[in-house]
Amino acid sequence: MVVKDIIDILEGEIICEGDLTKEIKTACGSDMMSDVLAFVKDQSVLLTGLVNPQVVRTAEMMDMACIVFVRGKDPDQSIIDLAEMRDITLIKTKYRMFTACGKLYANGLSGGTKI
Amino acid sequence: MSGIHLHYEVSGEDFTRAGEASGSVKKRLKSLGYNTDAIRRVAIAMYEAEINMVIHADGGYCDVDIFPDRVEILLADHGPGIPDVDKAMQEGYSTAPDNVRSLGFGAGMGLPNIKKYTDEMRIETTIGVGTNLYLTVKVNE
Repeated sequence: MVVKDIIDILEGEIICEGDLTKEIKTACGSDMMSDVLAFVKDQSVLLTGLVNPQVVRTAEMMDMACIVFVRGKDPDQSIIDLAEMRDITLIKTKYRMFTACGKLYANGLSGGTKI
Repeated sequence: MSGIHLHYEVSGEDFTRAGEASGSVKKRLKSLGYNTDAIRRVAIAMYEAEINMVIHADGGYCDVDIFPDRVEILLADHGPGIPDVDKAMQEGYSTAPDNVRSLGFGAGMGLPNIKKYTDEMRIETTIGVGTNLYLTVKVNE
C-alpha cells in the first residue's frame, strides 16, 4: 500500500502533500506519542486525534511518511509548516479513529506486531 | 579519539519547540551516513529526553558527541530532580500534570523508551539541584 491508497481508502483530504508513492507497511493509531515511539515499526502511517506540532516531530523521529488526522480535525499552520519541511504527508479523514483503523486493517495494513 | 561535538540549549518555555535538537542531530547523522536504525534509536531516545526536560525541568541543554562507532549524549537540567529513579523507570509511572497528557505525553513511557533504544543509560539526579542523563548508542554495527 502507498500513501495515495490510504487517502483513497479513508476518503481523505490532503492538507500537506509529501511523496504519495511512498510505501506504507504498518499503521499505528494513538493519541499518546510515547506509545507511538515505543511500538511503531518501519514505514508506518500514524492515525491520531491529537493536533499539535509534537505529532509531526514524533513522525519525524520514526521516519513516518504520513499522518492521518481523524474525525476531520484541522491542524494549524505551524503544524503544516513543520510537515512540509520534513516531506511528511498530512491527511484528514471524516472517519473516527476506530473506523479509520478498521478500514486500513480490512485493506491489508497491520500493526506490524503479532499482538 | 575525537568526534563531532554539538551543543543545544533546550527552552523550557515552548513545548512546541521540544524536539528541535533531536531533529537536528538526526539530520546530522543522516548526512554523515550512519545506518537508519541507529539514527532512529538516537533520535527517539534524545527526543523523549528533550520532552522530559521541557515537561519536568523547565529546559536545560544537550551535549552530543558523534564518534565512528557510537553517539554519546548528555542531557542536563536544573530541574527538581527525580525522587525515585526506580519508579520513574517503570512503564506507566508518571508524575506529569494532566495538561501534558493532553499534549500526547506523560504516559510514563519516557525513561523506559530511552532505556529501550540506547545501549547505555545513566542517571545522576539530586533533589532540588537537577538531573544529568548520559546516553550512549552504538552505531554502524
